[in-house]
Amino acid sequence: MTPDEILTELYERTMEGNAPRVLELTKMGLELDMTPDSILFEALIPSLEEVGARFERGDYFVPEMLIAGRAMSGALDVLRPLLADTGAETVGTFLMGTVKGDVHDIGKNLVNIMLEGAGFQVIDLGVQTPPEKFIDAIKEHQPDVVGMSAFLTTTMPMFKVNIHEITKAGMRDDVIIMVGGAPVTQEYADVVGADGYAADASTAVRKAKELIAIKRAK
Amino acid sequence: MHTVVSSATKTVTIGHDQPFVIIGERLNPTGRKLFQEKLRADDLSTIEKDVADQVAGGCDMLDVNMGVPLTDEPALLAKAVQLVQSLTDLPICIDSSVIEALDAGLAVYEGKALVNSMTGEDERMDLILPLVKKYDAAILALPNDEIEIPMLAKDRMVIVEKIVRRVEKEGIPLENLLIDPLAMPVGADPENVKNTLETIYQIKEKYGLNMSLGASNVSFGLPNRHILNAAFMPMAMAMGLTSAIMDGRTPEVVQAVRAADLLLGLDQWGANWITQFRASKEA
Repeated sequence: MTPDEILTELYERTMEGNAPRVLELTKMGLELDMTPDSILFEALIPSLEEVGARFERGDYFVPEMLIAGRAMSGALDVLRPLLADTGAETVGTFLMGTVKGDVHDIGKNLVNIMLEGAGFQVIDLGVQTPPEKFIDAIKEHQPDVVGMSAFLTTTMPMFKVNIHEITKAGMRDDVIIMVGGAPVTQEYADVVGADGYAADASTAVRKAKELIAIKRAK
Repeated sequence: MHTVVSSATKTVTIGHDQPFVIIGERLNPTGRKLFQEKLRADDLSTIEKDVADQVAGGCDMLDVNMGVPLTDEPALLAKAVQLVQSLTDLPICIDSSVIEALDAGLAVYEGKALVNSMTGEDERMDLILPLVKKYDAAILALPNDEIEIPMLAKDRMVIVEKIVRRVEKEGIPLENLLIDPLAMPVGADPENVKNTLETIYQIKEKYGLNMSLGASNVSFGLPNRHILNAAFMPMAMAMGLTSAIMDGRTPEVVQAVRAADLLLGLDQWGANWITQFRASKEA
């Protein structure tokens, strides 16, 4: 196969969620001396972007998104160490967690997949994330964006608590804060002082990119 | 085991030997922007139409949730409960994660309500069970705790056991306890619905308790959701599910439930099924 053929097939197979083939093609590409950058930015990321676009249009469904994300993850496991070697710049680092008191994670995991698919480095703190854990992780990973998820009207107030604690720790200006979850609205996000809100996974990716671009332009 | 709930004038019995109890889910503003805006402006007119739709669709009870962020949820829920009771005689499932809202809703409710919901977290049980006792209500409990939502039936059963012991200790009769066997989206994991069915079966076998769940969850993120929901209900009923919170406006799903009632011997000699058929023929 030529590098072009590999890129084309990678794009197609990722979109179908064919994880074994995507992994195989990725290894074949590397053996042909293709750069990890080109595999990532010319095949995998565009493929997941297309998945996201189709999902937004209602042409793609949750399981398709999940298996496409899984196929890409398998390839990323191989590419990531090599990317670190070449010092390629990531789209951004996204720190994610479900807030304290809340154990729901399906929506959060979907957002993670789409973020990874878009080239973000995602650090997932899991469920039941107390404010201090967010703060420690911000110190450790210096993310561009901190994402908080809540599924219940009773746990949503943790957004405000977390933002207050992050502000108190003197780190509010270092990070973009995004919130989301079934009961969350744009209005609520504004009231708690978040920088961004999105109603679904692919919108969240677009919003995160927008907010990072604005911040980097400053 | 029979769980009896009521309004001022109507009684509904939930049980393994009873026709399935459909609890209408529509009176819930989550994800309904317009409804939220109206509620925030103290405009409850949407409720009237929603109640009419759910009643016409054949619901046996109605779930009432007023979880709108940035509102006085206790006051709103109390008002909604009163309004719904003025519109229909169907018993209500009072739905909130805010304790004060549950208290306010129960305080104005006429009859015996179902409370939705409580988890197996000690802190939640400490707060909610006294209310259940005070108002002699029934309670729907979810087998998740402060650590996780367990995926496997055996792990859910550990929390069910904890909930059952605690309810007994409070002196609340087990008839007043319903367990939610947790319906999760099959689109997020192919094993999700099998785990739910296994949980239902084990709860029935071990405790004989009544159960209810949010049925529409199973089809989240998939096309043709009504067909999936309609296929799920008879499976869950065959395993021992006795009630579900679902959309009464979807005839496919309601009809699947009523057909399963008949097939499982809960609608003897097809009395309800045939009556329904005659009514629809005349209409």
